[in-house]
Amino acid sequence: MVQSHHPAPPRAAAPTPGPRPVVTSVTDVEQVAAGGTGHAVFSGEMNGAKSIVRSLEECGVEVIFGLPGGAVLPLYDPLMDSEQIRHILVRHEQGAGHAASGYAHATGRVGVCVATSGPGATNLVTPLADANMDSIPIVAITGQVGAALIGTDAFQEADIVGITLPITKHSFLVTNPDDIPRVIAEAFHIAGTGRPGPVLVDIAKSAMAAGTSFGWPPELQLPGYHPTTKPHGKQIREAARLLATARRPVLYVGGGVIRSGAAAELLKLASASGAAVVTTLMARGALPDSHPQNLGMPGMHGTVAAVAALQKCDLLVALGTRFDDRVTGKLSSFAPHATVVHADIDPAEIGKNRTVDVPIVGDLKEVINDLLPELAAEQAQHGKPDLEAWWRQIDDWRETYPLGFEPTEDGLLAPQHVISRIGEISGPESIFVAGVGQHQMWASQFIRFERPNSWINSGGLGTMGYSVPAAMGAKVGAPDRTVWSIDGDGCFQMTNQELATCAINEIPIKVAIINNSSLGMVRQWQTLFYESRYSNTDLNTGHGTVRIPDFVKLAEAYGCVGLRCDAEADVDATIKRAMEIDDQPVVVDFTVSRNAMVWPMVAAGVSNDEIQYARGISPAWDRED
Amino acid sequence: MSRHTLSVLVENKPGVLTRVSGLFARRSFNIYSLAVGPTEHPEISRITVVVDVAELPLEQVTKQLNKLVHVLKIVELERDTSVQRELLLVKVRADNPNRAGVLEVVQLFRARVVDVVPDAVTIEATGGPDKLAALLTALEPFGVREIVQSGTVAIGRGSRSITDRSLERVGRSA
Repeated sequence: MVQSHHPAPPRAAAPTPGPRPVVTSVTDVEQVAAGGTGHAVFSGEMNGAKSIVRSLEECGVEVIFGLPGGAVLPLYDPLMDSEQIRHILVRHEQGAGHAASGYAHATGRVGVCVATSGPGATNLVTPLADANMDSIPIVAITGQVGAALIGTDAFQEADIVGITLPITKHSFLVTNPDDIPRVIAEAFHIAGTGRPGPVLVDIAKSAMAAGTSFGWPPELQLPGYHPTTKPHGKQIREAARLLATARRPVLYVGGGVIRSGAAAELLKLASASGAAVVTTLMARGALPDSHPQNLGMPGMHGTVAAVAALQKCDLLVALGTRFDDRVTGKLSSFAPHATVVHADIDPAEIGKNRTVDVPIVGDLKEVINDLLPELAAEQAQHGKPDLEAWWRQIDDWRETYPLGFEPTEDGLLAPQHVISRIGEISGPESIFVAGVGQHQMWASQFIRFERPNSWINSGGLGTMGYSVPAAMGAKVGAPDRTVWSIDGDGCFQMTNQELATCAINEIPIKVAIINNSSLGMVRQWQTLFYESRYSNTDLNTGHGTVRIPDFVKLAEAYGCVGLRCDAEADVDATIKRAMEIDDQPVVVDFTVSRNAMVWPMVAAGVSNDEIQYARGISPAWDRED
Repeated sequence: MSRHTLSVLVENKPGVLTRVSGLFARRSFNIYSLAVGPTEHPEISRITVVVDVAELPLEQVTKQLNKLVHVLKIVELERDTSVQRELLLVKVRADNPNRAGVLEVVQLFRARVVDVVPDAVTIEATGGPDKLAALLTALEPFGVREIVQSGTVAIGRGSRSITDRSLERVGRSA
C-alpha cells in the first residue's frame, strides 16, 4: 500500500517516514499530469463511495475526523471496512475540522475531515476559514444532496461550495462518480503544495451511490495551478548582497518557514548572517528560543527587543510571513528605515502590505538553501559585517525589558507562572496547542519553544475553541509526544465536547484551563480602553463564583481525569500528576487571577514605536539612540 | 484611480465566473464592466473585466486572480495597443416625421438598424465607450426608450495571440 501522504498519486520515489514538508515542485505536478512512469495502476468496478475510500487510501490517508449524516451515509459504509483509514467520530463537525488542522500542524501532512450536507457542512465553515488564514493543508469532504435535488432547497441542502468560496484554497462539487479519484487526488495536491490551504470536496450522494470504475493513478487536470517553488537567482544574489552588507539586519520569520520544513535551513542562515531573528506567532519554534539570536515574538504582544529590532533595523528579511497588522502595528510607521527583502511562496503576499525592495517567490527551503552559498560568496568578498554595535543595542533592550510579569495582588495564581511551569516541566518535545486570547499570548511568550511543529494555535482567524479539538488532532498525528491544550475558560466552553471523543478513542491529551473566570483578552481591552466597564465578559467559572460549569466535574462526566489547582505551591505537583496520567485525557482547572494582563502591548492601530512594556511604561528609545 | 482592461483566460468550468467576480468584490475592487465568452478552444473561456483601480491594487488583484486554480492567464490590454469594443442595442422612438432624422444619426455613427416598427427602430452599434456615449447623446432628442449594453471585449493588436501558451498547457494535461 502506498503510504505517501502526498496529494498526488503514487510516485516512483519511496516515501520517507515521519513529518514531511508539504511543498513539492512543479516538476512533480508535470510528472503526475503526464501519468508518470512505472506506477502501479489499480482499477476496479465499485460504487462512488468505495471509490472515495480507495482514493483516500491511495493518497496515504491514515486518519479521518468526521461525523456521518444522511447525505454522506454511503461513504461511511465502505469506510468501515478500510484497514488503512482510522475514522474518529467527533461530537461536532467543527471539532473534526480543527482536529484535521491540528493533525496537519503537528505532522506537516494533509489533515482530513468529513461531514454531511447542510448543517454538517456549515459547521466546517469556521475550521476552513481558520486553515485558510494559517495556510494549513486540510481536505474536507462533505456529502451533498443527490444531484437531481441540488438547487431545490432539499432537506439538509446548503451550497457549501458557494459558502466557502472565499475561505478555501479551492473547492470541488462532484456529481459524476467517474471524477472522484481525479478530484480527490487534485484536492490533496492543491492542499499540500505551494502555499498550503484547505480544499473542500463536496460530493453528491447520487455520485456515491452510482457505479463507477476506479482507476489509480488518475491524471491531474490542473493547467492553471503551478506554484513557483524555485526562487529567482538574481533576486537571491541581491538578497545575499544586502545581508552581507547590512549593519542592523533582522530576519522576520513567519509560519511559512514551518510549513516549508525549513527550520534547519533557517538555523544555518541565522548563524551565517549573524542577523537578529524574530519569530512570529505562527513561527514560534522555527528557530530555538535558546538560540542567542532569537529575540522572540514581534508584534502587538511581542518582546520589546523584537519590536524594537524591527523598528530600528536597516534590513528586513521577511521569510514566509505576511506583514499582518498584529505584527506591523500602524503600517506606515513599521520598520521605517528598512530595506525589505520578502521571500514567500505566494506571490500575492509580496508587496501586499509593505512595498518590497527585493521580492523572492519560492519555497522557503529552496530560498534559504540558495541564499546560503551566495551569502558566503558575498561575505568572502565584503568580509563579515560588523554587527557588534547592533547586538550591543539589542542586548541592552533585552536586558532592560525582558519578558516578565508582576505577582498577583489578589492571592490567586499568576497565569504566566502556570503556563511557564507547564512548558518547563513538560519539556520542548511536547506539543502545546492554544486557544485564542490572553492564555495564547502568554503561552507564546512564556513557553520556550525549541523545535518546529511544537506550537499550534489559531493565528490569523483567532478562533476561540480551537485548542481542544486541534490538540486531539495533534495527539493522533503524534501519539508519542505529550500534547498540552493550553486553553481559556471561555475558549474551552466552545468545543469541550470533544473530550468525549478523546476519552472514548483513547487520545490522552492534557488540557490546562487557564481559568480567570472571564473573557480575559476582551476584559483587558475593557480595562485599558473602556474605563474598566466590564460589559459581558464575566463567565462565573472561577474563584469565588458559582463555578458554572465546574470544570472538574465536567471533565469527570466526559470520562477524563479532572484536577483543580489554585495555589502556587501546588502548581508543579499538579502538572506532574497530569504528566503521569497517560491512559486518559486530563483536564486541569488552574484558577488564576483575572487581573493579570498581557504585556508588552502595542495598542491596535498605533505605531510599534508606542509599545508599552507595562501599563504606562514605554521604553526610552532616545537613550539607546 | 484609472481604468484598466484585463483579459482573463480561464478554464471553462462551472462556477469560475463566481470565483473571479467574487474575488473582486471581496477585495473591494469595483468592476466597471465584465464580459465572458468562449475562445477558439472549447476548454478555455475568456473574461474581459474593466476595473477602476490604482496601480498597486491592480497588481494585487492580478496576483490574487492568478491564485485561482481555474485562472490560466491574465493580460492587461492597454488602450492604444488593443481594440476594445462594446455592443449597444438601443430602441428609439421613430415615427414618420422623425424617422429620417434617426436614420441619419445611424449612418453617421456607422450603426445598423436591426428592427423597425411603425413607431420605433432598434439600433445596433459597436465601439468604444466614447463613441457609444456620443451616439446616445445624438439619439436622445428623438426619445430613447430602452438600452442594453454589453461589457467591453478587447483583443491586442498585431499577430500575437495571448491564448497560444495557455492552449498548450491545457492540451498537455487534458
